[in-house]
Amino acid sequence: MTSTMASKVRQRRVAQLISGGKRLDGRELTDYREVKVESGLIERAEGSARVRLGKTEVLVGVKIETGAPFPDTPNEGVLTVNAELVPLASPSFEPGPPDENSIELARVVDRGIRESKAIAVEELCIEPGKKVFIIFVDVYVLNHDGNLIDASCLAALAALLNTKMFNYEIKDGEVKIKPGYKPLSIRNYPIAVTVAKINDKLVVDPWLEEEQVMDARLTMTIEKDGNICAIQKGGYGYFTPDQVIEVSKIVRQKAEEQRKLVVKE
Amino acid sequence: MTQKKPEKLIDENDVRIDGRKLKDLRPTKIEVGVLGNADGSAYIEQGKNKILAGVYGPKEAHPKHLALPDRAALRCRYHMAPFSVDERKSPAPSRRELELSKVIREALEPSVFTEYYPRTSIDLFIEVLQADGGTRCAGISVASVALADAGIPMRDLVCACAAGKVEGRLVLDLSDYEDKGGDADLPLAYMSTVNAVTLLQMDGILSGEEFEQAVKMAVEGCKQINQIQKEALRAKYSVAKEAETEKEAEAGEE
Repeated sequence: MTSTMASKVRQRRVAQLISGGKRLDGRELTDYREVKVESGLIERAEGSARVRLGKTEVLVGVKIETGAPFPDTPNEGVLTVNAELVPLASPSFEPGPPDENSIELARVVDRGIRESKAIAVEELCIEPGKKVFIIFVDVYVLNHDGNLIDASCLAALAALLNTKMFNYEIKDGEVKIKPGYKPLSIRNYPIAVTVAKINDKLVVDPWLEEEQVMDARLTMTIEKDGNICAIQKGGYGYFTPDQVIEVSKIVRQKAEEQRKLVVKE
Repeated sequence: MTQKKPEKLIDENDVRIDGRKLKDLRPTKIEVGVLGNADGSAYIEQGKNKILAGVYGPKEAHPKHLALPDRAALRCRYHMAPFSVDERKSPAPSRRELELSKVIREALEPSVFTEYYPRTSIDLFIEVLQADGGTRCAGISVASVALADAGIPMRDLVCACAAGKVEGRLVLDLSDYEDKGGDADLPLAYMSTVNAVTLLQMDGILSGEEFEQAVKMAVEGCKQINQIQKEALRAKYSVAKEAETEKEAEAGEE
């Protein structure tokens, strides 16, 4: 990512093309890049999945541990989402504690899963108020080529659908693991779709060079019945109220297409 | 301070738990220029929310590597006092506060002519002294007034207000109580003369149709907040103007 004159010229080209309804990589404004989903790559994790969205690559691992519930939900398991922008994924990522970008990414992924009630958390209680299962969803960005939110949400859902819950029994308040597994109960399939605004055009699935020239982005997460369950606007620009409504319509249509990639029914 | 959840948040006459109608804002007042040292400041009370905003700058960016060659770096810290909520909050910035600092900055930046002050920083601090739901919106509304008080050139004031769904009904400006017991919360920030939505988030469940109505409702709420912002600024600056003319008159008499 060199901020040279050449890249400035290229950025202008990306934006100019979009004004004419075209994109540098040949896609239509409402097209996604090619998506590849692979599940169960990490044997040590209870669940895992890798999503490739064009050249963007995200690996999600799910681990299950025991711990204390939140005081206001003593009978429910806990969902914890964390995102790492791993330095090997982009020259713009640096080692160190999570910055605001990785925190935002994790919280948007978390919001979609939580608000759609995708995980049957009430099945994850061991001892009310004392001990429950904690589902750790760790988002690991391996290559950054734009639209990390959609790739991460898709990978997180694929990993949860791939998650095996071990059999257990409770003896003296301790969890004893028994042989065998069953799938983690997943009841909803939230799909995030991000739309960028570039030169007043709405562009689905912005890749890195489009993110660099976009005014703003709007992500909406759609649950299985077509309702919106999470929204996040980002970037230094704005949308008009009419554009916001238009985005919600584009998103609801695209989410159905994307969901078919991970949910086989 | 644990309250028991009442059976109904909205009664059969569409009256909410605090006596408001569905589309009513909470009582809101803004005061301008409340801090001695800050270049600009403001204080808002919206329901039980009590929030201070202070602006320092434009000033030399520190540390220097944060300076931008073509515009001022707007920096924003949203922070909650440990005593602002029922259960003490650790004063260390939480992940929620870091995310909110980012989205609030992105909500305000479209309004500021940052290109007028390259290589400088404009530092904005939002301190929530008491939280009652909708603190990010109230924080944005008060911060925009503080930026104006600092004399920073802006395209428009940014006003913010949430709409949401409580017991199946769309309502404006959710209190903490309604947010926790409700079905959806949709905070929105808006510049009225530019017709621009600069912050939009949501959690909960809304259908496409409900979403469209909620956006419209929040925009209307924002316009009401905008009036309160303008009145607050007029209250400070028209008084200052009167005082000045009085002084001039006195000087003329001597």
